[in-house]
Amino acid sequence: MKYDSLRALVERAEAEQTAISELVIRDEAAELECSCEEVFERMRRNLQVMRESVVSGMERDVRSTSGLTGGDAWKMSQRLDHNITGRIFVSALTKAIAVSETNACMGRIVAAPTAGSCGILPACLLTVLEEQDIPEDTAVRALFTASAVGMVIARNATIAGAEGGCQAECGSASAMAASALVELCGGTPRMAEHACAIALKNVLGLVCDPVAGLVEIPCIKRNAMGTANAFTAAEMALAGIESKIPADEVIWSMKKIGDSMHSDLKETARGGLAATPTGKILTEKVFGKTEE
Amino acid sequence: MDAFDIIGPVMIGPSSSHTAGAVRIGKYARGILGEPVREADIFFSGSFSKTYQGHGTDKAIVAGLMGMDTDDLRIRNSLELAKDAGLDYRFHTIQLDDAHPNTVLLKLTGESGKQQEIEGASLGGGRISIRRINGTAVDISGEATCLLVYHLDTPGMISDVTNILARRGVNIGKFELRRGDKGGVAVMVIEIDGDIEDAVNEQIRRFPNVYDSIVLRAI
Repeated sequence: MKYDSLRALVERAEAEQTAISELVIRDEAAELECSCEEVFERMRRNLQVMRESVVSGMERDVRSTSGLTGGDAWKMSQRLDHNITGRIFVSALTKAIAVSETNACMGRIVAAPTAGSCGILPACLLTVLEEQDIPEDTAVRALFTASAVGMVIARNATIAGAEGGCQAECGSASAMAASALVELCGGTPRMAEHACAIALKNVLGLVCDPVAGLVEIPCIKRNAMGTANAFTAAEMALAGIESKIPADEVIWSMKKIGDSMHSDLKETARGGLAATPTGKILTEKVFGKTEE
Repeated sequence: MDAFDIIGPVMIGPSSSHTAGAVRIGKYARGILGEPVREADIFFSGSFSKTYQGHGTDKAIVAGLMGMDTDDLRIRNSLELAKDAGLDYRFHTIQLDDAHPNTVLLKLTGESGKQQEIEGASLGGGRISIRRINGTAVDISGEATCLLVYHLDTPGMISDVTNILARRGVNIGKFELRRGDKGGVAVMVIEIDGDIEDAVNEQIRRFPNVYDSIVLRAI
């Protein structure tokens, strides 16, 4: 499979009356010259590492290597039973922050699709898995659907913040998670396509402006945002709401926007939040004074 | 690109270029040294020199020098572990001309007293390039098995070595010959498909005019 169009993938799934994940698993098995079971088990191990990365980020005294961040997942988890939006939502936010904090403190994570956006997929999938009566295998399958969306984005646009800004990292992760959630919750391939489009549309133009160049501020909270956005898009798509702009065209526009984005706003830590007075003070705190 | 490039790799954070790439440079350098590292002077250049502490690049390099992989949970504590293991490391900053922004120069001494100077760059996404070995410019990605053959710069060396590889059915993917002075020490950098038996390397080592031959496995 070429993964050059999400629509083509969806149409093929519809023609074969199967899920996107099934197409990907079969394709991977053929590519890697192994059985579908082996491919499946390999992805299950990724899900397991995701689980562990949630647990390690939940501790109260988690601190990042730079000392700038940590402990927020624990704070979030204190609102699991007393909150505005309900348990599933708060649990998902907690996990997104936990995995991102695990990453910032040199813990073990699964890049999904990158280290900077590693909290979104685990947060979405593991929360639904926990809160609803869904077998683990379905979540493993959903990861293949997510990977298909990621491959199409990587092929036609980019998943690197240095090339496309945060829309390419947390945006891609959010779109991947939205599609995965749709399949996980019984939606059709067409709905998964709309979920991808809706999620990505919502973050178009988002810049990558990490304070001190570290994957912490604002990356950790953007993982929480990407999670919320994935649920928003998945809920809409599952309700039958459609994106007027097809996912492939949204991806195309993401590429165009990324290309025209100033390099100060693409991971160089020269613009956006990184260039604010506080951003500069925090940078000095970590690295000392550096000449420009 | 496959599904596991998108959902994966499993790695130690916070960033593929500052952690995973640095671990791989360290690990590969240890491979070039060919024995456990006793002393390491680590020179960070360019962007690495400004940010190595906050990103944990220091820990990542030392972890690699100790032979750890990019998903090893001990990376976080590598500096303490190195002390326990008797690895003496020192960090410095340096500005290397014409080097990639994320470059590190390693001056290593092994257990037997053997010394090597290796320069590596972290290119992003965990990909690396070994740029210099003892001052000689090379370009090794660490993604294929690589053979380094140090020899006297004299006619017939290339055919001697490649003939052995051909007879053993080893396919060459990339070949570079680097030399300093004419008639001095030259090095062949040979990337091959698949793996190579140690016996083949031993055979190369026994050639007259070959000073050393090292097999570097993909990491």
